[in-house]
Amino acid sequence: MHHLVLEEWSRKNSWIHARDPRAKLVAALALVVAIGTCPGAPALRFGGYALLLGAAAASAGLPLAGTLWRACVILPFAAVFGAMAWVAGHPERAVAVLLKSFLSAWVMVLLTGTTSPPVLLRAMESFRVPRFLLLVTHILYRYLFVISEQAQHMRFAAASRGGAGRRLRRGGWQAAAGAVGTLFARSHARAEAVHRAMLARGFRGDFVLLSPLRFGAADGLFAAWAVATATALRIL
Amino acid sequence: MEPLIEISGLRFRYEDGTEALAGVDFRLYPGESVALLGPNGSGKTTFVLHLNGLLQGEGSIRVCGLPLRPETLPMIRRKVGILFQDPDEQLFMPTVLEDAAFGPLNLGLDPAEALRAAREALVRTGMAAACDRAPYHLSAGEKRRAALAGVLAMNPEILVLDEPTTFLDPPGRRDLAKLLRTLPQAKIVVTHDAAFACATTTRALFFEKGRIVSEGPTAELIRRLGWDAGPATAD
Repeated sequence: MHHLVLEEWSRKNSWIHARDPRAKLVAALALVVAIGTCPGAPALRFGGYALLLGAAAASAGLPLAGTLWRACVILPFAAVFGAMAWVAGHPERAVAVLLKSFLSAWVMVLLTGTTSPPVLLRAMESFRVPRFLLLVTHILYRYLFVISEQAQHMRFAAASRGGAGRRLRRGGWQAAAGAVGTLFARSHARAEAVHRAMLARGFRGDFVLLSPLRFGAADGLFAAWAVATATALRIL
Repeated sequence: MEPLIEISGLRFRYEDGTEALAGVDFRLYPGESVALLGPNGSGKTTFVLHLNGLLQGEGSIRVCGLPLRPETLPMIRRKVGILFQDPDEQLFMPTVLEDAAFGPLNLGLDPAEALRAAREALVRTGMAAACDRAPYHLSAGEKRRAALAGVLAMNPEILVLDEPTTFLDPPGRRDLAKLLRTLPQAKIVVTHDAAFACATTTRALFFEKGRIVSEGPTAELIRRLGWDAGPATAD
């Protein structure tokens, strides 16, 4: 699964991994804003961003192809909007939507591939992102694996009783809808149980880390350099 | 001797109106190990969720002399460690070590102390070698021991185990029973496993319809109620 790979990547050691998550968050946001607000789809500018991200992946020790492949997850969603722009007679806008979405997703893959989830959430907490949202994100992330495993068990159970296979027929859609509903209910019950287990171990809404966040001069320089580069590429 | 847990007249009703506890009186003394037996839906899990205030019903609960109230909850949660039935619900941090340190950090220990407590608990449960592993890569038995380490790292005075043998194979059950016998804490073990109850507890209570209907030495109570698993054959 994608998030398992990202988690393994986030445990690597590199100078980017070592940066304070707040510096990386600022850098990522600056890049996403710069990419997202680029007028049109100038190849040179987007090529510059791609080079920058490729260099970041290489210096963080992440496999370039792996990061590119994971960034592709955004393409089906972006393609819908791209198709709408294309149909409306703006092919250059369609290309821009796809490129901007892909580059932004790549930035996020690099961010999550160099920062472990609890540390990233802690950084978001320090930027005053609502705690409830962070808690939901944390639990959702943590349990993607368990939920997908449950979905697979349900698929096997349905298949073993002659249920929906690859090609859904009339009753198959009903079964699939029922399965999604059951999965949602189970996920909700699981989230409650996890929260209860967290409370039982003294959780009071704050994520306390083994290694407290430390923002040093190198982190400040890194964030400033990333913001300056993103802005320069945007202006050029 | 002062009881560690003293409960009288505990009643609880779920939002849908189901009466889960219908007046439970209970005492747990230092060093005791008590098994909670009974059919599914008899109120055992609901009962243990009251012991550190995760559920709050009517009646009186005192833990280590403290009345259970919102202001005493943090102290009581430090004293009562609960091992939940499904370890996946208890292992929510990216690595085993971070998970074991979750409780101590919440108790306000500084990171170095929390790390020490977590490592000691992992050594105690035989999981020291798995410190850097992700919980979802562990076997069922390892998950159970990692979850127990997370509880022990908080150094509780009372250990509550809800169906601890679920998902465990026979060697896993034996190992867990052996481990529990080495722990000095008073224990409450919710289980359907008669052999495990006999191996880990000396006293047992039998729940039925939200009440304790029978009580006695574990082996004797199990024999008296025919609660040990006989052959599953049709008469």
